[in-house]
Amino acid sequence: MAEKITVMVCAGTGCKSSESAQIVENFRKEIRERDLGEEVRVIESGCFGFCEQGPIVKIAPDNTFYVKVAPEDVPELVEEHCIKGRQVTRLLYVDPETREHVADSKHMDFYKKQLRVALRNCGFIDPESIDEYISRDGYQALGQILEGMSPKEVIDEVKLAGLRGRGGGGFPTGLKWEFAYKNEADQKYVICNADEGDPGAFMDRSILEGDPHSVVEAMAIAGYAIGASEGKVYIRAEYPLAVQRLTKAIEDARGYGLLGDNILGSDFNFDIDIRYGAGAFVCGEEMALIHSMEGERGEPTTKPPFPAEAGFWGKPTIVNNVETLANVPVIFLKGANWFNKIGTEKSKGTKVFALAGKVNNVGLVEVPMGITLREVIFDIGGGIRNGKKFKAVQTGGPSGGCLTEKHLDTPIDYDTLLAAGSMMGSGGMIVLDEDDCMPAVAKFYLDFTVEESCGKCTPCRVGTKRLSALLGKVCDGKATMDDLDRLKELGMVIKDTALCGLGMTAPNPVLSTLEHFWDEYVAHVVEHRCPAGKCKNLVRYVIDPEKCVGCTACARVCPVDAISGKVKEAHVIDAEKCIKCGACMDACKFAAISKK
Amino acid sequence: MAKIQNLKELRALKNKIKDTTELREKGSNIENLVQIKVSMATCGIAAGAREIMNFFIEGAKKRNLDNVVVTQTGCMGYCYAEPTVEVSLPGQPPAVYGYVDKEKVEEILDKHVMGGNLVDGVIPEAYKTIHD
Repeated sequence: MAEKITVMVCAGTGCKSSESAQIVENFRKEIRERDLGEEVRVIESGCFGFCEQGPIVKIAPDNTFYVKVAPEDVPELVEEHCIKGRQVTRLLYVDPETREHVADSKHMDFYKKQLRVALRNCGFIDPESIDEYISRDGYQALGQILEGMSPKEVIDEVKLAGLRGRGGGGFPTGLKWEFAYKNEADQKYVICNADEGDPGAFMDRSILEGDPHSVVEAMAIAGYAIGASEGKVYIRAEYPLAVQRLTKAIEDARGYGLLGDNILGSDFNFDIDIRYGAGAFVCGEEMALIHSMEGERGEPTTKPPFPAEAGFWGKPTIVNNVETLANVPVIFLKGANWFNKIGTEKSKGTKVFALAGKVNNVGLVEVPMGITLREVIFDIGGGIRNGKKFKAVQTGGPSGGCLTEKHLDTPIDYDTLLAAGSMMGSGGMIVLDEDDCMPAVAKFYLDFTVEESCGKCTPCRVGTKRLSALLGKVCDGKATMDDLDRLKELGMVIKDTALCGLGMTAPNPVLSTLEHFWDEYVAHVVEHRCPAGKCKNLVRYVIDPEKCVGCTACARVCPVDAISGKVKEAHVIDAEKCIKCGACMDACKFAAISKK
Repeated sequence: MAKIQNLKELRALKNKIKDTTELREKGSNIENLVQIKVSMATCGIAAGAREIMNFFIEGAKKRNLDNVVVTQTGCMGYCYAEPTVEVSLPGQPPAVYGYVDKEKVEEILDKHVMGGNLVDGVIPEAYKTIHD
């Protein structure tokens, strides 16, 4: 019997945490019991990106995309789809607008505007099979380069492609390689920065989990270009699945002689080993990362010297982010002139964004640079949850800022985001709605930086702490207008004087919310009111005596007995006793309780 | 695991194993391929549709037809004429064949898929669907 069907089950961290491993096991069991082993192949694939709808099962070649699959659904999928050729309609995606079932992911709004370059193999191949990577032209780029290109030509191609670092800064990758290439030394290093630390960003993890060989191949290409024979991947130990798949990828590549000595018959030697980080945010900064790898404290040092001059063990080193590297083989397979047609004038190619927060379609999306925020949030993301109003989107994590409604039609690239007071960062995009309080959001990010500051320089160590305290005052309704000036001034000082990128960008969430949501800050200070109703100390729960029927439901759920009143008479909340837990509001069936 | 010595060997390996991801590759490009849908209702399976599907897959492979994808579908309603298959060339209306046997498979592949001409045994379209 010939092979007829391939079943792809998402085995990314997201889907695995909702039982996709059990789904795979059930498929294998069902197929064994029905003796379909020769006809149906089951693979565990990487992330499909549509995490909101996980666990996802995709069946080829008829391209049926099943969503929210449970382990119990497997016998039906095998019986109906694999044997009888009938789609199991109840597990298909329902278009939220037309209410119709959509079987092929190509016709879903979530995928229509995406262009998958870095994620080309994620959700397509079995990441643990080097053969599947090779069958998708894997290692061909490396082979072509070793056979017919000089290091200089490789660097020129990357420069021509216009690839810029995807980890945050957006530095031109080709230039970085050229600096390291020009610095002569007996040893050089290629480092892959897999220390993804922005809250909400998970593209690097997904690439390593879904297509680890693309990173391995790119590192070898980079090694050839700059003249390095050693590569290191600095990865956080909190990413066990990515570590496991990457380890297997490196071993398999060695087995085929794609890493090691005399790769593909050339005189080029290159090998990779893995270094573990403990998850400190500052170690995403390249100097801190290098120090951490050397066994020192993960603290940044002033630049220059840049890593390309004196990096790991004082040798010329390039540090490239995972997503940046995943783009590299494609540049050589398709040509720099293919790559630089995508995107905007100064930002070429695509960017992967981790879409999170109050948006309908949470997940991983890869779009061409220059797409607008509106397209990402409303077309791909499906708009704001529960029909609420869009307020802002936070990009660039703790180093970034907020973009508002007026930025919705700005094309997204490195430069436009910077001009708007935010940054690309690693691509986390957290969507906020009308119920989110901006000073509180700024405080959330500040508290993250306070926690993650390494403490080496004063502006960052003390400054961020003070910023956080001032924001605390705002949220408690105890700040004055002078405090708002102080926030701004202190923010600017930290920006100018901190030692590394972490400190320099830490005030961004404060400064950008101050700029775009000044009125909201003023409301907290002058009126002692939180317009979003989030800041506990500024919220007051009140019962509308007109609407209250005296059912006593609220009084019964109040944990601190702050509500009094007789049966069938209007109740009152004692503001002194109230701890603002909101339980009464949830319990009221007559919408008589509101937040003021 | 034997080491790959050069780019030529890497390409040879790729060609040898490309079958592993072939179904997925075809799936992502399905609208540009010749699609052969085999009806897999109970009556179809009883009449030998599973074997017919195999003949198509093997026949296409034997002829090196990279642009053919064979999929399964549910009951098409022509239970009297099982096994039935629907053949659609890109951009052309599909044709449904009934009473398909091994010889018919060869004929469909040679004349319809490769030559673009219908062969005997087409069931005339007798109904409309909501998509028409």
